[in-house]
Amino acid sequence: MAILDITPTPTAEVASADTLWTKIRYHAVAHPLGLAGAVIMLVFVFAAVFADFITAYDPVATNAAISLLPPGHAHPLGTDAMGRDIYSRIVYGARISLAVGLGSTALGSILGVILGLASGYIGGWIDLVIQRIVDILQAMPLLVLALVMAASLGPALGNTIVAIAIPLIPYTARVIRSNTLALREQPFVEAARAVGMSELRIAVRHVLPNTLAPLIVIATAQLGAAILTEASLSFLGLGVPEPHPSWGRMLSESAAEYVRVAPWLVVFPGLAISLAVFGTNLFGDALRDILDPRLRD
Amino acid sequence: MGTYIVRRFALMLLTLFGISVLIFVMLRMVPGNIADILFDAAGMIDVSEKAKLEHELGLDKPIIVQYAEWISGLARGDLGYSYVSEKPALDEIAPRIPITAKLAGLALAFSVIFGVPLGVLSAVKQNSMLDYVLRVVSLSGLSMPAFWLGLLILMVFVSAFGSIPIYTDPPQGFWSALGLYSVPAAAVGFRSSALVMRLTRSSMLEVLRQDYIRTARAKGAADWMVNYRHALRNALLPVVTVIGIEAAFLMGGLIVTETVFNIPGVARFLVEAIRWRDYPIVQNLVMFIAAVAVAVNFLIDLLYAVLDPRIRYAS
Repeated sequence: MAILDITPTPTAEVASADTLWTKIRYHAVAHPLGLAGAVIMLVFVFAAVFADFITAYDPVATNAAISLLPPGHAHPLGTDAMGRDIYSRIVYGARISLAVGLGSTALGSILGVILGLASGYIGGWIDLVIQRIVDILQAMPLLVLALVMAASLGPALGNTIVAIAIPLIPYTARVIRSNTLALREQPFVEAARAVGMSELRIAVRHVLPNTLAPLIVIATAQLGAAILTEASLSFLGLGVPEPHPSWGRMLSESAAEYVRVAPWLVVFPGLAISLAVFGTNLFGDALRDILDPRLRD
Repeated sequence: MGTYIVRRFALMLLTLFGISVLIFVMLRMVPGNIADILFDAAGMIDVSEKAKLEHELGLDKPIIVQYAEWISGLARGDLGYSYVSEKPALDEIAPRIPITAKLAGLALAFSVIFGVPLGVLSAVKQNSMLDYVLRVVSLSGLSMPAFWLGLLILMVFVSAFGSIPIYTDPPQGFWSALGLYSVPAAAVGFRSSALVMRLTRSSMLEVLRQDYIRTARAKGAADWMVNYRHALRNALLPVVTVIGIEAAFLMGGLIVTETVFNIPGVARFLVEAIRWRDYPIVQNLVMFIAAVAVAVNFLIDLLYAVLDPRIRYAS
């Protein structure tokens, strides 16, 4: 056991931290678009975390006296039909988008990893059963499955996360399974087995860490998809309920009525969604190139 | 090949069976059935009346019985009755299918017409200014929600022309239909064309590095000849797959776009039915959508073998 579980010496730790920073700098220079994506993502994370400090108005307070104000000095992005400040709602909306996006991606990835690892490592009838489940989940368009799930679970923040996470499972499960199938035949797995490690421990400690690169790549791609799906669900009235300000709901069907009189109601929330997803896509593309050149589409 | 097709077909039926169970169970988990909604709307609280309605609709039977009734009805072409309109579900769904099919067909055509040539251009001029612009545009296509693009198009039309052709009556004749469907189709197809473009580009780059391309250039073939006759034909294989998958998965974009443009197709109908807890409509519609998706994937697999003689499915 001692041979396999060598704890790194402190000096090695310091050296690796140094090379990590150097690596990040190197990749940032080599992938300017990816850097731009990372910066965009950081801006949204900043807005979500410090929403209380960078907004002047309550995002849910209504005031009929100032309804449908065009963008101006007091309200930089204008107000909606109920007199709510659009800028504040977009900033607070970043919390919802990121919470749902990160939450459903994390949940979908965890479940996908468990299914993919079990399917690829154990094989046999477990693999067969899991593959049929994956087939079933994958046969339905993402939004259709998310819609039915969201409707059946009822409107709540947590339910929206689950409704988006479940349709994401098959993609992760497929990638992890195919990676595991290849890893399972590697000599280091045989070596671990030879020293008497349990199968579960081999799968979790030796196979799983080697699937991390493709997992990070696919999770980043899914983050954008999850944010878009949340926006679509909320747009259709089946996503995050009131009073949470959600970008998708700001654009809900009623926005079509205001296209003529208050275009700012339509332009800004959509811009927020697109920019956030654009950032994750740029960043995801660069990550894919860096971590797993074989996955280049 | 024969046994492969049979095996693949059997798996397809198994998948559809799994989907039917999943959808049925999920819809029965919904808090509040149609009886609750109707009674809430009418402000009635008479419990016996509600029980009577639930009995009429068969909602009080065991879930297994309800499922068996649905599937046996499906096999006989009897999809049950819509709870909302009380018309046969088939009569509600069938007339809406051609509307969505036309929209999807136009969107796909849009994605191929723009996606493939721009992808080739981007690959041939790799790392040029044009390539960067096209890549950023395509990535933004993948980042924009389809309903927002739809709303923006509405906005531009309204400010430029004062109005927009809106679906009121079914269009008469080819040209009026084309005029009515092309704008929403572009809103849906923009995302697909971005996807097709990105895939064509990377696939082309892969092929352009091959030895036989170098040979073709060495023997003095013209650039366009090498790019289109030698490279594109081989690069298009993965693109065909993605177009096939997109064809089935356009549904997401269609759902929101039909809602924005007020088009009475099946995609918008699904959302309405979900809101009304109209089980017969929802479960049959989702089954229909899944069946189309699964069938398209099956056909793409077969097409792949026909297009690429190197692929022979081992049985």
